[in-house]
Amino acid sequence: MHLTKEEEKILDGEKGEVTERLFRLLVRLGEIYGADKMIPVGSVQVAGVSYKSISDPGTAFLEDMASKGAKVQVLTYLNPAGMDLENWKELGFPKDFAKNQLRIMDAFKKMGIVVTSTCTPYLAGNLPRFREHIAWSESSAVSFSNSVIGARTNREGGPSALAAAICGVTPNYGLHLWENRQPTVKVKVDADLSYNSDFGALGWYIGKQVKNKKPIFTGIKNANTDQLKALGAAMAASGAVALYHVKDLTPEADLVEDKGLETINFGKGELKETYDKLNTGKKPDIVIFGCPHASLREISQVADRVNGKHLKKPVWICTSRMVKEASERMGYNEIIAKAGGSVVADTCMVVSPIEQMGYKTTGVNSGKAANYLPGFCKQEVCFANIDDLVEGQL
Amino acid sequence: MKGRMISPGKAEGKALVSSEPIGFYGGIDIKTGIVIEKGHPLEGENVTNKILVFPCGKGSTVGSYVIYGIKKNNVAPAGIINQETETIVATGAILAGIPCVDKIDIKNIKTGDLLVLNADDGEVIVK
Repeated sequence: MHLTKEEEKILDGEKGEVTERLFRLLVRLGEIYGADKMIPVGSVQVAGVSYKSISDPGTAFLEDMASKGAKVQVLTYLNPAGMDLENWKELGFPKDFAKNQLRIMDAFKKMGIVVTSTCTPYLAGNLPRFREHIAWSESSAVSFSNSVIGARTNREGGPSALAAAICGVTPNYGLHLWENRQPTVKVKVDADLSYNSDFGALGWYIGKQVKNKKPIFTGIKNANTDQLKALGAAMAASGAVALYHVKDLTPEADLVEDKGLETINFGKGELKETYDKLNTGKKPDIVIFGCPHASLREISQVADRVNGKHLKKPVWICTSRMVKEASERMGYNEIIAKAGGSVVADTCMVVSPIEQMGYKTTGVNSGKAANYLPGFCKQEVCFANIDDLVEGQL
Repeated sequence: MKGRMISPGKAEGKALVSSEPIGFYGGIDIKTGIVIEKGHPLEGENVTNKILVFPCGKGSTVGSYVIYGIKKNNVAPAGIINQETETIVATGAILAGIPCVDKIDIKNIKTGDLLVLNADDGEVIVK
């Protein structure tokens, strides 16, 4: 791997101990994966923010770097935290959990990271351009930026993204190279996909089968960005899909070669089978939307359905702080609050300690959430579309 | 068997083999090292001090921190062997200092096999 004179100096410790240590990690990764050089990144998104995910060892790791004066070189956003950073008390988040979470946020802020806490940075002011090299880590954000925007990032681990932010570069391998962005499996869709949850089910089914391959979809007639977000998120959770293409819908789909690929069929039967498989619970104690973080459109869809009604059991919509502000201005937050629901910012059900808050069964319309909740939050899951979920809580 | 060094070091231990990929975040409990993913072939097994053998990583990119965390909590596997190590597992193993090799045909390894892993040379010996 070719390193510039400047980069050699980092390895000699000229930019301090932390930068040296993190640059060594990048060089090691570059060597393993055959990178020819380092390339500058336009922006970074760092995963590993919730105290629940990184716990004490991760917190100590971050605090150590912050105390040694590490600073990021490029626009860097954060993944969701383990709680709403402003309304955690009202929502019932445990106090000792909050204390540790705030320590983590302080460490990030010290390093110059924008303390945004969202898995949808592209909806909150960190929007890469087509073909821009970036180092993002949250798996659905990686999928969205690669697939829907056509920016270029590998699936960075939390620490390797942080290393890219502090060094300003990432090793040039994998999805940064055009030849690695070609599809490796074809998916023929022959089912009506209308709800966002239908796209989540499709994604979960395909991710499970293709693991880390790069699917190209045909037969999806239309999909908005919320639905593509749901599709990619589910594939990155049940599998390790970092890039997918959809004929006629995503920017690189017409530029790649899709002949001679193994084909997977997805029809009505597979759609129903996936809904059945993801349903492990009977009746939700709580319904949570916004995995990945809800767009303004998704919040308005919930507001429409609960307007003037009374929810018997809690409904949360998780989103970024920025989208919550816009939603406030539109009056959606008030409509949802009056019905008894909550718009929750900075966090999500997967990284928050919902099992400690007394919930046993969670209703979701997200294939990604349905994938993680049983293992990580010890929840039974009701996987359904937005209409059925809201109806069930009234 | 000869593979590629991902993270240096040497380890010896009993193999714990998964035919399915492992997602460390949400898949392994950071305090106990027990596999908690529902329906996973290794559900309920403890990875502590084992040589953990699986095809590749999957799922959340926070997995690197979980690998680092289980090491700090003394419940980490002694070594990792993959068919193909992706960045998440590689970053975690390097940071935690867990010996790791990939490009090994893991079909030749069974749970309970006594393994000698010399990651420095990318070498795996089944005793």
